[in-house]
Amino acid sequence: MNSQAPPASPRGCLDAPVLKQRGQHEVFCGLTGIIWLHRKMQDAFFLVVGSRTCAHLLQSAAGVMIFAEPRFGTAILEETDLAGLADAQEELEREVARLLERRKDIRQLFLVGSCPSEVIKLDLARAAERLSARYAPHVRVLNYSGSGIETTFTEGEDACLAAMIPALPETDERQLLVVGALPDVVEDQMLDLLGKLGIDNVKVLPARRADSTLAVGSNTVFALTQPFLGGSLAALGRRGARHIPAPFPFGEEGTTLWLRAVAMEFGVDLTLFDTVTHAPRARAKKAIAKAAERLNGKRVFFFPDSQMEIPLARFLTRECGMEAVEVGAPFIHKGVVGPDLELLAEGPTLAEGQDVELQLDRCRKAQPDLTVCGLGLANPLEAEGLATKWAIELVFTPVHFYEQAGDLAGLFSRPLGRREVLKLEAAE
Amino acid sequence: MKLSVWTYEGPPHVGAMRVATAMKGLHYVLHAPQGDTYADLLFTMIERRNHRPPVTYTTFQARDLGSDTANLFKTACQAAYDRFQPQAMIVGASCTAELIQDDPGGMAELMGLPCPVVPLELPSYQRKENFGADETLFQIVRTLARPMERTKTITANLIGPTALGFRHRDDITEVTALLEEMGISVNVCAPYGATPEDITRLGAAHFNVLMYPETGEAACRWMERELGRPYTKTVPIGVGATQDFVKEIAEITGLEPRLDTSRLRLPWYSSSVDSTYLTGKRVFLFGDGTHVAAAARIARDEMGFEVVGLGCYNREMARNIRALAKEFNVEALITEDYLEVEARIEELAPEMILGTQMERHIGKRLGIPCAVISAPVHVQDFPARYSPQMGIEGANVIFDTWVHPLVMGLEEHLLHMFREDFEFHDDAGASHHGHAAKPRVETPEPVQPEQAHTADNVIWLADAEKELKKIPFFVRGKARRNTEIFAAERGVQEISIDTLYEAKAHYAR
Repeated sequence: MNSQAPPASPRGCLDAPVLKQRGQHEVFCGLTGIIWLHRKMQDAFFLVVGSRTCAHLLQSAAGVMIFAEPRFGTAILEETDLAGLADAQEELEREVARLLERRKDIRQLFLVGSCPSEVIKLDLARAAERLSARYAPHVRVLNYSGSGIETTFTEGEDACLAAMIPALPETDERQLLVVGALPDVVEDQMLDLLGKLGIDNVKVLPARRADSTLAVGSNTVFALTQPFLGGSLAALGRRGARHIPAPFPFGEEGTTLWLRAVAMEFGVDLTLFDTVTHAPRARAKKAIAKAAERLNGKRVFFFPDSQMEIPLARFLTRECGMEAVEVGAPFIHKGVVGPDLELLAEGPTLAEGQDVELQLDRCRKAQPDLTVCGLGLANPLEAEGLATKWAIELVFTPVHFYEQAGDLAGLFSRPLGRREVLKLEAAE
Repeated sequence: MKLSVWTYEGPPHVGAMRVATAMKGLHYVLHAPQGDTYADLLFTMIERRNHRPPVTYTTFQARDLGSDTANLFKTACQAAYDRFQPQAMIVGASCTAELIQDDPGGMAELMGLPCPVVPLELPSYQRKENFGADETLFQIVRTLARPMERTKTITANLIGPTALGFRHRDDITEVTALLEEMGISVNVCAPYGATPEDITRLGAAHFNVLMYPETGEAACRWMERELGRPYTKTVPIGVGATQDFVKEIAEITGLEPRLDTSRLRLPWYSSSVDSTYLTGKRVFLFGDGTHVAAAARIARDEMGFEVVGLGCYNREMARNIRALAKEFNVEALITEDYLEVEARIEELAPEMILGTQMERHIGKRLGIPCAVISAPVHVQDFPARYSPQMGIEGANVIFDTWVHPLVMGLEEHLLHMFREDFEFHDDAGASHHGHAAKPRVETPEPVQPEQAHTADNVIWLADAEKELKKIPFFVRGKARRNTEIFAAERGVQEISIDTLYEAKAHYAR
């Protein structure tokens, strides 16, 4: 169970100074999480209570409108709602009634708060309570805020999961709860690995369907699979569950350390651990090595986006031979990303929050080989001659655990590879 | 409160962004929370722009509310001026900032910035994207344009093209060429490519070409009233409309109408025998009012289609579209609800849809071919090749675009001849659509119930139902519908093979 390189200093970047700037944030708001959450929770509907902007954001961020009638929508506030001419609570109940009438397949309904609904202080908690009472037991109604004034991009998933936790039934069972929405195929791989380690009583939040046997209590230990789940961590703590801190399962090393932390909690025999992880570790290393050829020695710059920046910087620097120039994150929660920070060698600028103009200045000055940024910045930076990787793909693509480690490295090497392939000038 | 699944238009501040992004030397300071920056990707990803939109977002957060959001706006405004040194600025609020009532316009005015600042009042909870663009251009023009001498030679302004517009980039080239043929040069094209300084010179043109009423009409009306510059009412999309447009310009300028049609292919392509199969194709049209009106004329007069329904999503055009629908003897559908459009299409069962990307999805679901004629746009609507909608080349492009999704004439006949062939069965679809070939699964004949299909009070007898299945899939919907109407009109309760063929003879064209 040896990791390939010891940290450069005992505590890595854990105590490194953090650059904090305030200005324009070039990030999505928490509503965006609905796009993957509604695919994960197959009987849930996400009803945003917001403005035309919210509806437009969801539509634009989703990129293409794949579904004729998706399981999300926006109750668009109109002038009459704001002027108090219409009782917003009644209006909302009417829209929900209409929706549930049409969509009998819906078992969970999330009322999702937005910037406008927060500003006018629309009480969605009360609405959820009233609606829950009315539609129970067939439909459970919960609420959370995905508003941009409170949440950044992936924090929407955190807020959603944190809203589900207080409603979970109590259990005394000794169990492992894995928290974070993963693609089903990745989740199944993870459950298979844990099973082979002899850890059988494993639950996943969010569950695929509402009628799961998910419960929580003081004998529950939990591991996070996504580095943006600080609110869920706190909510589980309030239910008496205990967190297993670990680096995130990105890459061979990250996955091994994550699994090892869980294995140690459950007293798994070390020989068994090595036996179970040996083959997938070797596969992951081999797959990473291919992409790493292109990444080795290259410099990477992270704009804040998905909160995955610190664990990914750890992966790219330790497993792919890259050098991190700047690692920006919307916010840094050391209780969550501490183990990754410890492994990240000192050197890069750590930045929290954003003034996008100043950060662009730093990026242009640094001239990194690869810039990880949002969709609004990618093409403009490419046009300036910088190779980019759009961060949103890291959220939409299966990248966790051993079998995806090569794909993860590939996401970063592909933009560089494409530049090598293209020959757009005349022959000499 | 209204539940919306997909929307045809964004909020009005996105319309303002379309104007700002189209222009040069203008900067937009938008009082908005974190997350509203998503709108940048519309321009950088969908339109593949190689620059960020010239927009600064103040990015206020919950903790700023009630304390210093106003200061945040001022700081952002000053920083934006210092960094970008624009010739002019526009300032405004997004939907959330509208609620906190910081009055960006008033604040910016008090700051005494060394450039003109145009305040925007865009009611987010009442209006939408097109209004936002129209109003923004109008306010910019009203603030900056001044009365001035006409140019010595005859010139025109092109008004209305914006960033993220449906083929605006190429329409500008095409309309510029149309004007050049008559000896008219372009004074200013706005907002696309114009600087605030250019806007001050709008009055030098002899007249305005209103390319897109959705985004340019308010500015044109103001220039007509205040600067005495007339504007064109014809949108030159289609052969007939392009000719009318040339005539209208001749009337405005006193020049001889001149139009070089040597590259115009639509009329011949439409007359050539392969196009016979286009005759009477039942089409449904939906999009913005301007493009729908133009497409309706082309569909009927230049392609020989039958328009079975039409509508638009922008209420500003409702009156025009209702009048147009009357002329076509159909009912207009004015709605922004995608599900209503889907229901109407399902009900009308057209053979083709001319719509937006939304209708393309509806078409996919219902198995009806669709050609896109209007915004809202998709990355596919920004092709690398020259692909205008207006003028001579626009007509050629439209012919190709509309015919492409249909089964080609000759192919339709072949499909008919070989309809029982294993490779030409119904599920195979048209070969040029690129689907993987699906072999026909031979299933034993199911035991036919006596009453195979019922519609209202009309019953399909098993034989007739079986015969109906032999009709090619792309006309079967129409055959079924026509037969049922035929039967219902005659009080026939049961449809037999004879009824089917009597109906066919009745509707023969």
